[in-house]
Amino acid sequence: MSNKKSIVDIQTVNKIARLARLNIPENDKDNLIIDLNNILEFVAQLEEVETSNIEPLASVTGHKLPLRIDEVTDGNIEDLVLQNAPEKSSGFFVVPKVIE
Amino acid sequence: MSDLLKFNLLQAEKAIKNKEFTSVELTNAYIKAIDDTYSLGAYLETVKEKSLDMALKSDKNIADGVARPLEGLPIGVKDMFCTKGIKTTASSKILDNFYPTYESTVTQKLWDDGAVMLGKLSCDEFAMGSSNETAAKGNVKNPWLLDKQVSPGGSSGGSASAVASRSALAATGTDTGGSIRQPAAFCGITGLKPTYGRCSRWGIVAFSSSLDQAGPLTRTVGDSALMLNSMAGYDKKDSTSADLKMPDLIDCLDKGVKGKKIGIPKEYTQDGISNDIIKFFETSINWLKDAGAEIVPVSLPHTKYALPVYYIIAPAEASSNLARYDGVRFGVRKEGQSLDEMYELTRGNGFGEEVKRRIMIGTYVLSSGYYDAYYLKAQKVRRLIKQDFDNVFEKVDFLLTPSTPTTAFSLGEKQDPLTMYLNDIFTVPASLAGLPGISLPVGLDKSGLPIGMQLIARAFDEPGLISTAQVIENYAEFNFIADGAAK
Repeated sequence: MSNKKSIVDIQTVNKIARLARLNIPENDKDNLIIDLNNILEFVAQLEEVETSNIEPLASVTGHKLPLRIDEVTDGNIEDLVLQNAPEKSSGFFVVPKVIE
Repeated sequence: MSDLLKFNLLQAEKAIKNKEFTSVELTNAYIKAIDDTYSLGAYLETVKEKSLDMALKSDKNIADGVARPLEGLPIGVKDMFCTKGIKTTASSKILDNFYPTYESTVTQKLWDDGAVMLGKLSCDEFAMGSSNETAAKGNVKNPWLLDKQVSPGGSSGGSASAVASRSALAATGTDTGGSIRQPAAFCGITGLKPTYGRCSRWGIVAFSSSLDQAGPLTRTVGDSALMLNSMAGYDKKDSTSADLKMPDLIDCLDKGVKGKKIGIPKEYTQDGISNDIIKFFETSINWLKDAGAEIVPVSLPHTKYALPVYYIIAPAEASSNLARYDGVRFGVRKEGQSLDEMYELTRGNGFGEEVKRRIMIGTYVLSSGYYDAYYLKAQKVRRLIKQDFDNVFEKVDFLLTPSTPTTAFSLGEKQDPLTMYLNDIFTVPASLAGLPGISLPVGLDKSGLPIGMQLIARAFDEPGLISTAQVIENYAEFNFIADGAAK
């Protein structure tokens, strides 16, 4: 983590937006850069906390995740699964062609 | 005001079972109240026919002597809960055509217990916000000081506005960093965020999976006890739900606080907190003292790091959870030349500004080279925050804090995202530690807006939380009704 201001620039915004598959209009990018830098600068205050012997906390309850037998618990609901699909055909989701 | 709207949830439950009025009569009164308060914008969707069908069935059950715990009581549902066959959008444009084929566990439990569904309530988009202004269909208004156009808070702003304006007898909410407690405080009602794991998250639109919890927004502490009784419980479909039985919370209402120790964290009275809120904070401390509790000053030294931790962890989890909105299986698709372009246009077009900001932050802190510095660091400090609570709960039974640093702010007042984030400063720490918290109204500030106090308890001590909150409610005698409430 760095205290340097403006750690996010236009290249970073383009790269992150690409990773997140998020189209950001060019006109919105300047404001987004300002907001992201402000937020990252704000969270950078965590640097001052000593955490070298601290384990990261992922689950507050600490309870073990339950296991179950790996078996089919429902099924034969093709219509329901596809019901909200923007485009479907013959029991499949349809997406733009991915093979040239 | 229709006389029927005066009954709170607990009173209406008894009155219906005693056949003082029917569920159909009560439900019709609320349907009219929804129309009368339409300009508040609390509801995204109403389901009048379904409401009356459910009410009729409830009246039949009562006539047959087989009344269930919430029989015939009309409630609203935050639009984060999937409701079978009823449009569920999470207040987002990207879900504007989504009709779930299943029902969330929590709402199913409410219907199984006899509650009547009034409709779906607005919220901040994907519950990301503290003012209800990020909702795709526009902000909701707070029924208090209607002329002044005040925010109901967020993200459960529609739920809070509906309960405060008496267009719902009670409502469900979800709380990730304060989204039940802060709007409850802003709207002069009671909001309870249960312990993480107390209510199933199955069928709730996921925002931040290690933080999200469902809970009730109600008029009184007793009402939230009755409603949480039905909402809580283990669910094998949510692997983080706790397999623990919760005692009947109604039995906890009159247990008092005699001999209990109430911690007052010194970190919650910093600069920026309004004088009226400090005054009521001190008054609330005196009430608890008068009721026989022992007041103990305590310290939670990592409190100031809660917001920075939250604004790493919540966006990180959100960026992962919201990856599913890709225009393939559900939601609104925006066509593109390639699969990637379709994804990018669908998401760029479907998500609002705040959601995009959080996805960007989340993706950044999880990206290669930054994961350890941001995400892992935040998880470590999260442990320190939880340890602060563990330490003080060895000495005290409950913590009392204000719910918010200020009363409700004006719509459009907070334009800068960081300023908005700071509003959750008193609610986020308990969320990070997974602890139950309740906000209840204790008075009005000089301008006439409600002030909320927050109680925080040990994990799974909702019974104690209810007992203590009831004591404060008895002293506060908060009987004010919003000027924008249904007449």
